[in-house]
Amino acid sequence: MPSTKTLFGKRPHLWALAALLAAVGAIAAAQAPPAPPPPTAPQPAPAPPPPRFVVVIDAAHGGNDPGARLSGQPEKTFTLALSVRLRSLLAARGIQVVTTRESDSTIDVDRRAELANHANAQACISLHASESGSGVHLFTSSLAPTPPQRFSAWKTAQAAWVTRSLSLAGVVNSALLHAGLSVTLGRTALPGVDSMSCPAVAIEVAPERATSGAVTAGLDDQGYQARVAEALAAALLEWKSEARQP
Amino acid sequence: MIPRYQTILFIVLLAASVAMGVILWHLRERAHQRLLYGQDSAPTQAPEVAPAEQATLLVANDQDNSLLAQVQALPLPQDPGSRARVILGKLLDLYAAPDATHPVPGGANAIAQVFLLPVSNPPRKTDSPSNAPASAHPPPGKPNATNPAASAPGSQARIQEPTGPELAVVNLTGSFVANHPSGLETENLTIQSICATLHANLPRVTQVRFLVDGEPRATLAGHADLTRDYLAADAVPTEGAHP
Repeated sequence: MPSTKTLFGKRPHLWALAALLAAVGAIAAAQAPPAPPPPTAPQPAPAPPPPRFVVVIDAAHGGNDPGARLSGQPEKTFTLALSVRLRSLLAARGIQVVTTRESDSTIDVDRRAELANHANAQACISLHASESGSGVHLFTSSLAPTPPQRFSAWKTAQAAWVTRSLSLAGVVNSALLHAGLSVTLGRTALPGVDSMSCPAVAIEVAPERATSGAVTAGLDDQGYQARVAEALAAALLEWKSEARQP
Repeated sequence: MIPRYQTILFIVLLAASVAMGVILWHLRERAHQRLLYGQDSAPTQAPEVAPAEQATLLVANDQDNSLLAQVQALPLPQDPGSRARVILGKLLDLYAAPDATHPVPGGANAIAQVFLLPVSNPPRKTDSPSNAPASAHPPPGKPNATNPAASAPGSQARIQEPTGPELAVVNLTGSFVANHPSGLETENLTIQSICATLHANLPRVTQVRFLVDGEPRATLAGHADLTRDYLAADAVPTEGAHP
């Protein structure tokens, strides 16, 4: 009695025919309508999971880029300390935080924007410090608002988010004023922020001054830093609650 | 006992030294007189001082992040590029003053040059000649419809005044940028005040581009973007608003 192996070995085209029949059968099975489910009582649709709320904190400068020369420390040190403080406050409030740096490392502005865009964040905060001016300077991108597009240019990605960024700046401004801090608002062209595809603000902390110009709270004042960080955390908590509202 | 020949030698050398001193003094006096005669201290040509004109400077204030208009009377040249340089120089002189509201060292020397170029693709809202830059910069030898006298045969060639929107290229010195205070607000105010001052005095300037020692630069002092063209009209503050 000849075996199948022997028959197919003599006629190789039978192998191809068998494979073709098997493939046609598999496709037909896949396209066949599924069997109707058994009738059940109508049930309410399950509630969608709450959207993930992520905040990106970008401590500006770092490594080879010290930033501004402040009275007691370089700008990179101040921004990193404020970033760590703010991250702790947000984590304590249950907010997921992504930071662009956790140490004194050099990170390119494009890399910072990449990190923010990959995080798909609901708020991006770029932290800066300066000896000039007074109080907290709150900046949003100076790009003209554009409708959201499927593909955005790298250097103008923030244009589609400017309206949301202005809303975020309004919430942050209210929180800072509520904390008794003086705030100046502005628009600026900041390379890192202009490439971010998220609601983004740049916050520059300056010494607190009296009307005479005398410094009432310097940048090395731990209490002043704590007030700023607490106000920012409260603002982001408020922003989170606003984001959850339909 | 000093030998006789040494005494004579000493006297001869002393006499020679005195004689050389007298000759040197005489030569010095002659050179001084020649220098004085060579100088022509009499004024032969009156200095050309342009008449003072009103210029509007948008002066930055760090305390409230604002721009405040300030009118100054300045002798301004007729050439628009030189005019822009003088106006910006005065603005930066204010910032270099000890009591400046926006302290930035450097002064007028910080502006190396200002070039005014026609904008390549200006927005055309109407068909009026003022919005038709192609006719404002005709190619050489081509008749110009807006100013036939400029191309009429036998007429003297005249410099065609541009009428369309212009791009101002502001070339800053490297020393100014190196000494500029670092910070979001202070850098932004410097740029905004330069753009707003240019637009206030040269309304055709719609865009401003910055160079440093003739080269593009990423940021002014670590923050404000210098690679983009700024829209000058956006920098002009509205009443009671910040830039």
